[in-house]
Amino acid sequence: MAEKKLMKGNEAFAAAAINAGCRYYFGYPITPQSEIPEYMSRELKKVGGSFIQAESELGAINMAYGAAAAGGRVLITSSSPGIALMQESIGLICSVQLPLVIMDVMRGGPGIGSIQPGQADYNQVTRGGSNGDYHTMVYAPNSIQEAIDMIGKAYDVADEYRNPVIIAADGMLGQMMEPVVMPEPKAPLTEEEIPAVKPYCLTGHKFKRDRHAINSVWLKQELLEDYINAFWPKYEKAERELPEWESRDLDGAEVVFVSYGSTSRVVLEAMDLLAQEGIKTGLIRPKTLWPFPVKAFEEIGAATKHIISVELSQGQMMMDVKLAVEGKWPVSLINRVGGMLLDPYEVVDRTKKIMEVK
Amino acid sequence: MSTKKIFVAGFGGQGVLLIGQMLSYAAMYEGKEVTWMPSYGPEMRGGTANCTVCISDKPITSPLVTTCDVLVAMNGPSLDKFEDMLVPGGHLFVNASVINYKPKRTDVSVHYVDCTKIAEQDVGNAKTANMVMLGAIIRSSGVVELSIMDKVLAKTMTGKKEKLIPANKQALLAWNE
Amino acid sequence: MKPVFEYTKGMRETELHYCPGCTHGIAHRLIMEVLEERGDIGNAIGVSPVGCSIVAHQYMNVDMLESPHGRAPAVASGIKRVHPNSPVFTYQGDGDLASIGTNEIIHAAERGEKFCTFFINNAIYGMTGGQMAPTTLIGQKTTTCVDGRTVEQAGMPMRMCEIISNMDRAVYVERVSLDSPANVRKAKSAVRRAFKVQDLKLGFAFVEFLSICPTNWGLSAPKSLEWLRENMMPYYPVQQFKCPEEVKEVR
Repeated sequence: MAEKKLMKGNEAFAAAAINAGCRYYFGYPITPQSEIPEYMSRELKKVGGSFIQAESELGAINMAYGAAAAGGRVLITSSSPGIALMQESIGLICSVQLPLVIMDVMRGGPGIGSIQPGQADYNQVTRGGSNGDYHTMVYAPNSIQEAIDMIGKAYDVADEYRNPVIIAADGMLGQMMEPVVMPEPKAPLTEEEIPAVKPYCLTGHKFKRDRHAINSVWLKQELLEDYINAFWPKYEKAERELPEWESRDLDGAEVVFVSYGSTSRVVLEAMDLLAQEGIKTGLIRPKTLWPFPVKAFEEIGAATKHIISVELSQGQMMMDVKLAVEGKWPVSLINRVGGMLLDPYEVVDRTKKIMEVK
Repeated sequence: MSTKKIFVAGFGGQGVLLIGQMLSYAAMYEGKEVTWMPSYGPEMRGGTANCTVCISDKPITSPLVTTCDVLVAMNGPSLDKFEDMLVPGGHLFVNASVINYKPKRTDVSVHYVDCTKIAEQDVGNAKTANMVMLGAIIRSSGVVELSIMDKVLAKTMTGKKEKLIPANKQALLAWNE
Repeated sequence: MKPVFEYTKGMRETELHYCPGCTHGIAHRLIMEVLEERGDIGNAIGVSPVGCSIVAHQYMNVDMLESPHGRAPAVASGIKRVHPNSPVFTYQGDGDLASIGTNEIIHAAERGEKFCTFFINNAIYGMTGGQMAPTTLIGQKTTTCVDGRTVEQAGMPMRMCEIISNMDRAVYVERVSLDSPANVRKAKSAVRRAFKVQDLKLGFAFVEFLSICPTNWGLSAPKSLEWLRENMMPYYPVQQFKCPEEVKEVR
């Protein structure tokens, strides 16, 4: 087992991507993830990769589109307002079915917002902030180690589904340091290997195959509808096969919290404090935000009287929790917004208030 | 052990984040769970800096703290602002090179560390002031064992920095109560 | 006793958060003093960028708004349509104007927008912690070019005055410097000329201020001024590129 290293989240995310075979990074500084382009500017060239500090996030996502279309394994990162700027092309890259891994180190919004951590991009990443019919898979790590593992998995999922995959981290995970272990490194494809492994990519047809024409515009609407219906089954497959979650202490729990990312860690501490007062609580921690782990809610037992969504957003995840419980329990909200963070004592107090209301 | 929470605060450039990181490395090499969380943002621009270190045998839940077991105040405004975070019976380390007044709390162990003077006069190297403070923290609070610092220094002071290790080791031992 | 120097009413009496040695404070003051001279503090509307000076509105005593990164010239164009006779200006840094916002500034210049743009060039990204800017010089070290910028990796630094000068409807284009009292006085004259151009509705007015960033350059303020003179001035010459006859005499 490799020795643990103490790493800052942002640097670990970048290192994890390189470890997973990423050799292309295009990005722009934005707090709280500027350490990622800084790391990539130093390290990518050491492994024969390419770094561009793009003129903007708009430039970066389109550089990624080009590199992905050409068969490269790319990482794109930004924070909330930068992700918003990229939306046009995120949807477009979905429409042309190319793999890409995008990391959103979330901060408070809306607007230019706060540089402090937030989770208010939930809708932006799960509902899709771009135009048209598409989905992006979304993973939500709650520790730096989990993020490293999810980044590795995201590249495989992106390739398998030919789709962008978003990792929704937050400013806290990006800025903190924790001991981590990097998995075994994966080698990227060489330029020569691309046509065999990713036959849909642009490599020059060399008169050995039909030329590829990647188009997003469809002048004949009946053909666009056919096209959408032809690729849609992959999203149905994703909904069956990709949901991931962690459940704790659901048995006999009077309250079940639903929380993800670094907020879920605050909830764990609150659960310990509540247990000391004899109040039994459980947690469902979504690890995929899309597809949302609806099946997790089937495990909730008869003892449970309250479901509480704990999030750093204004009820964005609560909507999905309500859909998942199908009206069987009341769903309440404990939240902070604007870059403010919850602390365990506040979660405890607000939980008790919710429990008092019959 | 229950989770130990250490809060280090001061002015940007005083080595606040570095002291926290050194403690984090020490805890990690001891096989413990640890998180290090810095303040970040425009407040850092020539202003305040602070970081939180949580050390435990179990996976750490929240890396942020509202109370702490050890408070390291590197400048006066930080002492004033964060004094009340310390739990009764906790350890308060005061940078006596810069702070010339006593804290208000009477229910905590206060340790005055004139780290700049000790670094200059006893160690003979002003740049080891942070290590003087770090040594005081480790030896008085016991959040990690002093002996692990050999490994920490060996792993973090590599290349050109290797020749600084002896002075830093000396600095760790230089302060006395 | 007659005061020899007074706090301008154009600056709100509050402590600036900028780093010690930052020249934003000087640039802010020059613009506000000129507006005060003209009796325009109550009429002016400004647009602040994303960058260290996103909070310029906390210091400048005029109506202001924050624009998304780089879009200030577009935002100012909208304001100017509704208030054609009010003095409107944008205040922008390297990333805002020369990186993400190149599209907006080029088009505002070519449309001959009747507002002034004040461009703070300190060859680095300050707010986000010292990354390379389009204006970073070859060999200059930043956090995204730790071994020094190379032409191969990042191309040549962008000279915005020279580029904007090529737009026919950018009628007043001048580069000034904030490195010395004499140059600061000349910079103020440029600000006066820019607002005069706006008065006369002649076209687009652009002033670039060579500025320092001691914190991210890793130099003391005095050494930063030297660095500006030795390194920035040769590449970014302080000169008047274009000036309409009507404002040439304005000092």
